[in-house]
Amino acid sequence: MIMAITRDDIMRWLEDVKDPEIPALSLVDLGVITAVAIDGSQVSVEMTPTFVGCPAMEIMKNEVETVLKKNGIAYPEVSVNFKQPWSSDRISEKGKLALKKFGLAPPPPVGKIQVDLDILEHATCPRCNGTNTEMKSPFGPTLCRSLHYCNDCKEAFEQFKPLS
Amino acid sequence: MNDLALKELLYAMADNLLVLGHRNSEWTGMGPLLEEDIAFSSMAQDKVGQSLALYNLLHELGEQEPDTVAFTRNANQFHNCILVELPNREYDFSLIRHFLFDTADAMRWEMLSQSAYEPLALLAKKIKGELRYHTLHANTWIRQLGSATEESVGRLQQSLDTLLPYGLGMFEESPFEKEIIGSGIFPGEGALKEKWKLKITEIVQSTQLVLPEWNSITPVYGGRTGKHSEFLQPMLDEMSEVFRIDPGAEW
Repeated sequence: MIMAITRDDIMRWLEDVKDPEIPALSLVDLGVITAVAIDGSQVSVEMTPTFVGCPAMEIMKNEVETVLKKNGIAYPEVSVNFKQPWSSDRISEKGKLALKKFGLAPPPPVGKIQVDLDILEHATCPRCNGTNTEMKSPFGPTLCRSLHYCNDCKEAFEQFKPLS
Repeated sequence: MNDLALKELLYAMADNLLVLGHRNSEWTGMGPLLEEDIAFSSMAQDKVGQSLALYNLLHELGEQEPDTVAFTRNANQFHNCILVELPNREYDFSLIRHFLFDTADAMRWEMLSQSAYEPLALLAKKIKGELRYHTLHANTWIRQLGSATEESVGRLQQSLDTLLPYGLGMFEESPFEKEIIGSGIFPGEGALKEKWKLKITEIVQSTQLVLPEWNSITPVYGGRTGKHSEFLQPMLDEMSEVFRIDPGAEW
């Protein structure tokens, strides 16, 4: 008997695809998978980048295709678009925990408000949970991270940038 | 909607971002401090990535592949303003250029998020959030160095005086300006320029820097119609050197 593929199946498979720059985080938890459509044996997945200039996008797209093929989808259709723009609020709660465990401060919720210095200057330290922190630079080792310093535990840390 | 008008606007924007992205990337490994080296490198990556997204929109409208467009045109086929192509001098020069350009660019994307051309509006809704980091960075440094020491204020003032004519040159109108405004693609360079002048004035007035009378400054135009300074072609030659060795190479 052939079981019909469901959206849940596909999301479960995509859990195996990790952000190449943050291997603790799956693409599903990162929130870059914006749509999944199934039509008989035809599966299409839509994705959107965290930052438009993200150099990892092509790799992620290829890995999504590979995982779908491995699970028996012969001709998956994977596209990248901006129909549902990524914001840091798209990161799941599970994803935020994974970021913290990885040593990166998860982004605070931003909603529709514009990110400003107040938000950035008060990142919570992922090591000691201290809030007496300061931003050293809004730009870090990848486009999606900023540099901070914790005055409580005296350690430098990075935050996954809030983006509205 | 007029395709020629739309394409001209997309080329002007994409070329601005590619050329300034390349100039920013020239700070990689050369920044005055590590954080600034990383900041200019990150902004370079953002800008080149944003230019790629615009070249992709052009490709969907029938133009050539992004790599072909970026690496095989000569200077007179580029539509960027002259501000972005000037060679880097010292850090104060790049900082003032970054401040003048990104203040305008953030506002441009904000306005474009309401564009009648939906693919551009969708892209703008995404990019305007990213630009917040660029303007936060620029404004923080202008405020700090613009009120710090005699040397820092003097250097910024000199670069500001040098670059303001080029800054106003960013708002050179398209040959299709009426069509662009009329079809709701973009409210126009004039509208953007007025908003920009207010913001630049606000930030500069919070420092010890002095802004000349706006109407005493003569804008430097020409870039949008392919009339560039002598500096663009050598930059393009260097930028495309590797691509031109083997244009068909798979990367």
